[in-house]
Amino acid sequence: MVMGPEPTAATDLVDPPLYGADDSVAAIEGRSLGRIAWTRLKRDKVAMTGGVVVVLLILMAIFAPLIVKWLGHPPDEQHQSPALLDLTTGGTPRGAFGGVSGQFLFGLEPGNGRDIFSRVVYGSRISLTIAFAAAFLSVAIGSTLGVIAGLLGGWVDNVIGRLMDLFLAFPLLVFALSIVGVLPDRAFGLSGNTLRITMMIFVIGFFNWPYIARIVRGQALSLREREFVDAARSLGARPPYIIVRELLPNLMAPILIYMTLLIPTNVLFEAALSFLGVGVQAPTATWGGMLSDASKYITEPAFIFFPGMAVFVTVLAFNLFGDGLRDAFDPKGTR
Amino acid sequence: MKRKGRVLATTTAVLALTLTGACASSKSTTTATNTAKFNAALNAVYNPSDKKGGTITMAISEDWDSVDTGDTYYGLSWNLLRLYSRSLVMFDPVPGPDGNKLVPDLADSLGVSSDGGKTWTYHLRAGVKFQDGTPITSKDVKYAELRSFDKTVLVNGPTYMNDWLNWPAGYTGPYKQPNVNTDQAISTPDDRTIVYHLKRPFGGFDYFAMLPSSAPVPKAADQGTNGGVNYKKHVVSSGPYKFQSYEAGKGFTLVRNTNWDPATDPNRKALPDEYVIKLGVDATDIDNQLLAGTIQVDLAGTGVQTATLPQVLSNPTNRANADNPTAARLWYTSINPTVAPFDNIDCRRAVMYAADKVGYQNAYGGPLAGGDIATSLMPPIIPGYQKTDAYPDGADHKGDLDKAKAALAACGKPNGFSTNMAYRSDRPKEKATAESLQQSLKRVGISLTLKGYPTGDYFSIDVGKPSFLVANNLGLATNGWAADWNDGFGFLQQIVDGRVIRPSGGSSNLSVNFPAINTMVDEAMSESDAAKRNQDWAAIDKAVMDQAVILPGVWAKAVTIRGKGLTNVFVNEAFGQYDYMSFGAVS
Repeated sequence: MVMGPEPTAATDLVDPPLYGADDSVAAIEGRSLGRIAWTRLKRDKVAMTGGVVVVLLILMAIFAPLIVKWLGHPPDEQHQSPALLDLTTGGTPRGAFGGVSGQFLFGLEPGNGRDIFSRVVYGSRISLTIAFAAAFLSVAIGSTLGVIAGLLGGWVDNVIGRLMDLFLAFPLLVFALSIVGVLPDRAFGLSGNTLRITMMIFVIGFFNWPYIARIVRGQALSLREREFVDAARSLGARPPYIIVRELLPNLMAPILIYMTLLIPTNVLFEAALSFLGVGVQAPTATWGGMLSDASKYITEPAFIFFPGMAVFVTVLAFNLFGDGLRDAFDPKGTR
Repeated sequence: MKRKGRVLATTTAVLALTLTGACASSKSTTTATNTAKFNAALNAVYNPSDKKGGTITMAISEDWDSVDTGDTYYGLSWNLLRLYSRSLVMFDPVPGPDGNKLVPDLADSLGVSSDGGKTWTYHLRAGVKFQDGTPITSKDVKYAELRSFDKTVLVNGPTYMNDWLNWPAGYTGPYKQPNVNTDQAISTPDDRTIVYHLKRPFGGFDYFAMLPSSAPVPKAADQGTNGGVNYKKHVVSSGPYKFQSYEAGKGFTLVRNTNWDPATDPNRKALPDEYVIKLGVDATDIDNQLLAGTIQVDLAGTGVQTATLPQVLSNPTNRANADNPTAARLWYTSINPTVAPFDNIDCRRAVMYAADKVGYQNAYGGPLAGGDIATSLMPPIIPGYQKTDAYPDGADHKGDLDKAKAALAACGKPNGFSTNMAYRSDRPKEKATAESLQQSLKRVGISLTLKGYPTGDYFSIDVGKPSFLVANNLGLATNGWAADWNDGFGFLQQIVDGRVIRPSGGSSNLSVNFPAINTMVDEAMSESDAAKRNQDWAAIDKAVMDQAVILPGVWAKAVTIRGKGLTNVFVNEAFGQYDYMSFGAVS
């Protein structure tokens, strides 16, 4: 059922001037926004480095058991031989920089002698799972409500707008601490760590939707006045059709960019929750939990260095990649 | 008393001799030393002096329950309050095992019992006065006992007097019932005599008279808006120091009490002119200030922080100014026979054999900061301790896996089983304990799922409730207990008497409830002969171990810094801390 003029491809350009003068000579065939963005992105070395690191991190999380099997020890296994730890001083690792060696690539945890490398690798699973899932949740809720508010306007816009204000004013960290803190052992048919991870995804994801909703609403507000939307409407298209076929394809770029920038925020938030002790249950390795343990050993900088670097590198990589993506999609961009 | 000392000396000889060399054998005379070395203040007075004057600064990271003698249950508080109060009886302020001996303080002798141990009489010393010069009478001591009876007003502190004295039925304390005649519980025939009347015989009543609640409180100072919980803001001193200032949550200063007469007090030297107590100083900062010399005493007395430990033990100068005292404290894990499959004793035995005790010890900080590997409940420094090791776990203490597997087979679970383990989530050492046990029990197929609960709720509404344990399948739970005082009753009664377990929760005893053991406890409590009583408690210790309901972990020790500029430093075994009453200041 074709009902009128509509973008030919999912990533079709919304801003005609970009097709304009300077591209007209070389590009005989019309280049989609996606292709232009990709060309630009490829030229951005910093963003590409970030992207490669992001891919590596995701691979690391997926293949954590294999990596640890080859290069480390089981993440919860304790190595307390006197050759590795000085047990009389409370388990200080022997050797340079927290016991870094070919056996223990990142050294050992003081006290109980667990392999820091294995725990950092396994920690990426929790961090990335929660960060990605929470970002998806935020984006799903935020873009749905944002596009509805933008398209329909009127009282719907008002209600959703006030709802956004309400959520933005919510003391998220306090709420997260209390809800994850009082969580029973079994609820909603889930138990143990599955329940806690689900709960953290919900808390982080559910309260971050207003940011993306505001961006999407603004875009939808301008899009709904465009000719192709008018045309669809005049041919009798209902709002659901307009949202799915006319608006969403044009909103993919900002949504994608925002999601890439939301993930590192979520990584940090998850680390903060774990640091404060409301994350997953021991002994599951998480970066925030490792930082929390390490803070009691301030005289052992190696312990805090590796999980700290893991958080730092992840956040930086996602941010660089997200920034590059935004530049690449920017219609006013010059590159 | 002498006999107690000898039993102790033989059982802890290995420890004591290695630490102090020749000093350990000569206990009758107080030894002294001026040489700064590791453990110098453990069994001798370090840097002895009689020089008066100077200021001693003490610090702690948080406030304790109260400075009110009738409202406090912290060891550090009982140690400190002897500066500004005098109870009937006190622990002898001397180094070594003799510190566990009781000596008269406000009373002129230890208690005299009659009526088969149901009546205990004390006579006050002549010439004792409050800080305002008023003579202290037996009625002030009685009033102090009465006010601490009311646990709705003074909520902290032990309840031994409430439980043991022959109180009138329905008595609620002097705040609500000022006119009730309480002579059937405590009578004061004259101004210098106080008589305690018990419901049933108790041989160790002098330990009750040692409690801070027997320190005199003038009734006039405990009235209206100044009374009850507010009394702590203007405590009336009966000791050598009085409060100059008191700021809740910030600190206080103690200065000399001119109405304290040294002639009435053979125990206190009262050397410094002033004590400054600071509250709310960051714990790691306290360690650094101790090393720098800007404060002299870490009031908490539980040892340096994990971060400071390598700095203290690896640096020869710091190490020479540190001690490694033992506390009468056991860190352990309760094995709950109410949770299947631990209703079968062989499954409990499997845990006892499979546990890696070295891992347990490392979870608490190793042999120095953590403590000694425990093989039974009662810590060796408690008089009457007898060595028992019902579950030998190999020469390396890493567990006897063959015996563990045999026990599992006897239990009908040769391939192991799964259960949950509770720990206090805000206590890193208990988390480390749970993680260590998870690893060591995995070796025989016992799989643990760890469940953290906040300390504040741990005993009151979580694992302290028998029904909660069953509902959450908590087969194991980390636990710990310190003696109220160093004897069998003071350490064991609250954790092995099954009758203290309440369906509503609140008890530290999570797993020990056997009628035979309860009977043994009753017999030990009514025994009047101290030596016989010690044997009874040692037998109870062994009986509990045979039931395999408690996995003992470590007998706690601490690495403490001997503050710079202190004289007369020694560890009082009764507190497992430096004796806060005996210090002098160099300048």
